[in-house]
Amino acid sequence: MSVRISIQHSDFDIAVEIANLDAQDTGAVATFTGMVRKEGDLTALTLEHYPGMTEREIARIADDAQTRWPLLGVTIIHRIGRLMPGEKIVLVAVAAQHRSAAFQACEFLMDYLKTRAPFWKQEERNGKAQWVEARHSDDKAAERWRDK
Amino acid sequence: MTLLYFAWVRQKTGRGEEQLALPDNVKTVADLASFLKARGGGYEEAFADLRRMRVAVNQDHSGFDTPLRDSDEVAFFPPVTGG
Repeated sequence: MSVRISIQHSDFDIAVEIANLDAQDTGAVATFTGMVRKEGDLTALTLEHYPGMTEREIARIADDAQTRWPLLGVTIIHRIGRLMPGEKIVLVAVAAQHRSAAFQACEFLMDYLKTRAPFWKQEERNGKAQWVEARHSDDKAAERWRDK
Repeated sequence: MTLLYFAWVRQKTGRGEEQLALPDNVKTVADLASFLKARGGGYEEAFADLRRMRVAVNQDHSGFDTPLRDSDEVAFFPPVTGG
C-alpha cells in the first residue's frame, strides 16, 4: 500500500491527489475534506503542530487502518499556519478495490486523526485569539472503532 | 532532557522548548509536572490542572505515571484539536 503524508502550509488540489492514488486494481477512492467554517465573526483559524510526532502519529494511524481493511493507498494532507474561512484544512483520501473499505477507512482515519494527531487550532473572532477546546463528541467517534 | 510546550501551554510558560538536566527527585512525568509547577508564574498557571493537559514522551502519547530518563523528549500540550 502506498502512504503519502504531508504537513504543509500550502493548499492542495483534490483532483491531483485522487489521480495520484490511482493504482492497479483501484475500484474506489473515498475522500474527506475538512474546511474552515464560514460562520459569524470567525475571521481566521491558525493551526499549530508538533513537528516529528505529527508525522509519526499519522503514519501509525494509517498502519492501523491497513490492518483493518484491504487498502491500496492512503493520502493524508494537513495544513498548518493561518487559514481563512472557506479554506481547506485537511484531506484524507483512501483507495481500495471496493467502496465499503474506502468509506470506512476514510472515516476511521479522520476520527483517529482528530483525537490522536498533535495539532491545535486557535480561532480569531473580533480581533481576539482563542484556543479551540477538544470536543467530547470527537472522542466518542474515535471510541466506536476500538473493539472492531 | 528536552521539554516541549504547545498551544496554550507554550503561551503560559513563555517558551516552546527548553533543556533540563533531570532533577534527582523526578522519576515520572507527574514528578516533572510538579517540579515545573513549583517554578511559579506562568509555569504554575500552565500546570495548575493536569486534567486539562496531555503528555508525549519521545513522541508517543503517554500517561503521567511514565518513568523518565535524562535522554527523553517530553512534550506537554492541551488535548489535540486538529482535523
